[in-house]
Amino acid sequence: MTIPAMVVRVKQKRIAELISHGKRLDERELDEYRKVQLEAGVIERAEGSARIRLGKTEVMVGIKIETGEPFPDVPNEGVLTVNAELVPLASPTFEPGPPDENSIELARIVDRGIRESKAIALEKLCITPQKKVFVVFVDIYVLNHDGNLIDASAMAALAALLNTKMFNYEMKEGEIQIKPGYTQLPIVNHPVAVTFAKINDKVVVDPWLEEEQVMDARLTITMDKDGKVCAVQKGGYGYFSKEQILEAAKIAKEKSEELRKILVKS
Amino acid sequence: MINLSTFYEKRQLVLPGDLIAEGDYIAGDNTYKEGDKIYATRIGLVDYDNRRIYVVALKSFYIPSVGDTVIGKIIEVGMSSWTVDINAPYLATLRASDVLDRPFKPTKDELPSIFDVNELIIAKIVSYDRTCDPLLTVREPGMGKISRGQIIEITPTKIPRVIGKKGSMVNMIKDETGCQITIGQNGLVLINGKTPEDERIAIMAIRKIEEEAHTTGLTNRITEMIRRKKKEE
Amino acid sequence: MAKKSPEKLINKKDVRVDGRKLNELRPVKLEVGILSNADGSAYIEQGKNKILAAVYGPKELHPKHLALPDRALLHCRYHMAPFSVQERKSPAPSRREIELSKVIREALEPSIFAEYYPRTSIDVFIEVLQADGGTRCAGITVASLALADAGIPMRDLISACAAGKVEGHLVLDLTDTEDKAGEADLPLAFMPNFNAITLLQMDGKLTSDEFEQAVNMAVEGCRQISTLQKEALKVRYVVKEAVEE
Repeated sequence: MTIPAMVVRVKQKRIAELISHGKRLDERELDEYRKVQLEAGVIERAEGSARIRLGKTEVMVGIKIETGEPFPDVPNEGVLTVNAELVPLASPTFEPGPPDENSIELARIVDRGIRESKAIALEKLCITPQKKVFVVFVDIYVLNHDGNLIDASAMAALAALLNTKMFNYEMKEGEIQIKPGYTQLPIVNHPVAVTFAKINDKVVVDPWLEEEQVMDARLTITMDKDGKVCAVQKGGYGYFSKEQILEAAKIAKEKSEELRKILVKS
Repeated sequence: MINLSTFYEKRQLVLPGDLIAEGDYIAGDNTYKEGDKIYATRIGLVDYDNRRIYVVALKSFYIPSVGDTVIGKIIEVGMSSWTVDINAPYLATLRASDVLDRPFKPTKDELPSIFDVNELIIAKIVSYDRTCDPLLTVREPGMGKISRGQIIEITPTKIPRVIGKKGSMVNMIKDETGCQITIGQNGLVLINGKTPEDERIAIMAIRKIEEEAHTTGLTNRITEMIRRKKKEE
Repeated sequence: MAKKSPEKLINKKDVRVDGRKLNELRPVKLEVGILSNADGSAYIEQGKNKILAAVYGPKELHPKHLALPDRALLHCRYHMAPFSVQERKSPAPSRREIELSKVIREALEPSIFAEYYPRTSIDVFIEVLQADGGTRCAGITVASLALADAGIPMRDLISACAAGKVEGHLVLDLTDTEDKAGEADLPLAFMPNFNAITLLQMDGKLTSDEFEQAVNMAVEGCRQISTLQKEALKVRYVVKEAVEE
């Protein structure tokens, strides 16, 4: 065992002990988020982008808009696709290679939040019904992993979408002709994910890395701007009681409103 | 007033997670205690021994125990040891020093000529704990390579029944069928008879014990069955 | 492929297309110990779902550096056969299958005494032979039986069931059609002895009240499935009384 690993072990015990007394090592309340710093439009080459710092966790999301074929069962709607990369520089535990189960799960949770809340007005992204639609690529790039990648990624994704501009166009003889000017990507809902960790039978919000290493299980509840639950995901090899889940849903409503204010003010 | 309640009678079937008892009991084999509740961890027949509650598992696998006689298969020949499959979650190691009576001299061909891959051996477990794989020895009488006979596999939890009290069951089968029978605690049984028919009858007897292990009067029934089968020959 | 005309999925008398009440499970058939090579196995039919689960292990894990020093590693593979769905599915693992393999593993993990078998692996294989909605739940239900059949010591059986919202009603155990057309789907796995929810996912839109009701409904469904699981084990392990020949 290396010295840092030993330090972590002792610290982990401390974290768990403190939490059973209702306190956290970084002095946050059990239902308090770390500081959120948001920068939108950081990548000019992308149609939309945002970079978020949640405590020391750092995630960048880039949005690219292309054209493509619609799905056969929704021929008049644009397509949303979300991908996440846990790039090796973000953490000593990330290995290069194809997406593993963690990055796939992360992408799918963020995707469900956006998709189920119908945040993007996909029906407005139709170019030629059944043939051509806009495809929105949401690429999540984790730059530094210090816990709670889900909430950070979901926030960055929403901020990036709100920042996304599509080129104006007109159809001439079945071909797309680009016109000057831009239109905002039509965003009609603002899903926000709130993630909880269960440690020593207590439930805390926004776990940082060392809390994640001690937690029994994780619960993410995504709510839309009307306070409706649009996505839920339990993770980790432990469990929650029904009471803990319903309590978390109440806290998630409060927290998602708080976070939404930060994301939507621009 | 301490609350003592049991919810199953002796020899009743319990399933994983079934609440067997509540109160000042001790959690025995195949059970666990949570608070003052005792639950089953495996499918099996519940039994009580004073305050100790345990379950005789109907389905489980062999976990090595020091002192056990086991039958194993060589799966790898190394530089100075063999890797042996003993039908357990862990592979066992047999070192050359636990085979030979003289100091081991590392010559290339020596090890495979003693035991080669796929050969079967009777061995004894000399050490085993949570941190390392079981270690075997064959330096005891009756141990070593198996050159002839038939091997059958039965659920390890039934082995005690096949042996019987002080060997009464297995000795009876040996006497009645004239077969040599070596029992591995890991669920493998070696049968060596004078004729294939004798071996077949012994195998039938052991299978029947496996099926009816939980019943009474088994020794008599098996004896009768063997005698009947022999007459039919 | 002709598109079906949008008929109602639930009629005025609160009866669903397949004749079920809102809180009624599909017919379930369970069989334990049907594969001879696997250490444990089980099969489920739930409505049109046909799913097989097999368990191998505990066995020593190689390469050794991947093994855990103090417990067994649980591997889970949820996979759909190419012919299991309406349009042939490629045999290569999809992102959905990879995510489901993870959440199913995390649903089963709390039930097994992994700490009894350090440095080993326990492999769970779930094969969906025919799919009609709720396959991850049926998969968990049958995998839990396969683990018990393999003789792996467990704290409790885990049962799973989904609830959801269709045409404004909260319903139990959605079919694929109901899931696709409905407003929400909430799969849940439950471990009764600890009042523990080991799998919880949801997609769709539910108010906080509906969320609570759906969770309660799914837990109720799990309790019913749990009873069926125990019956199936009893049938398999029925202990025969001595038979005189």
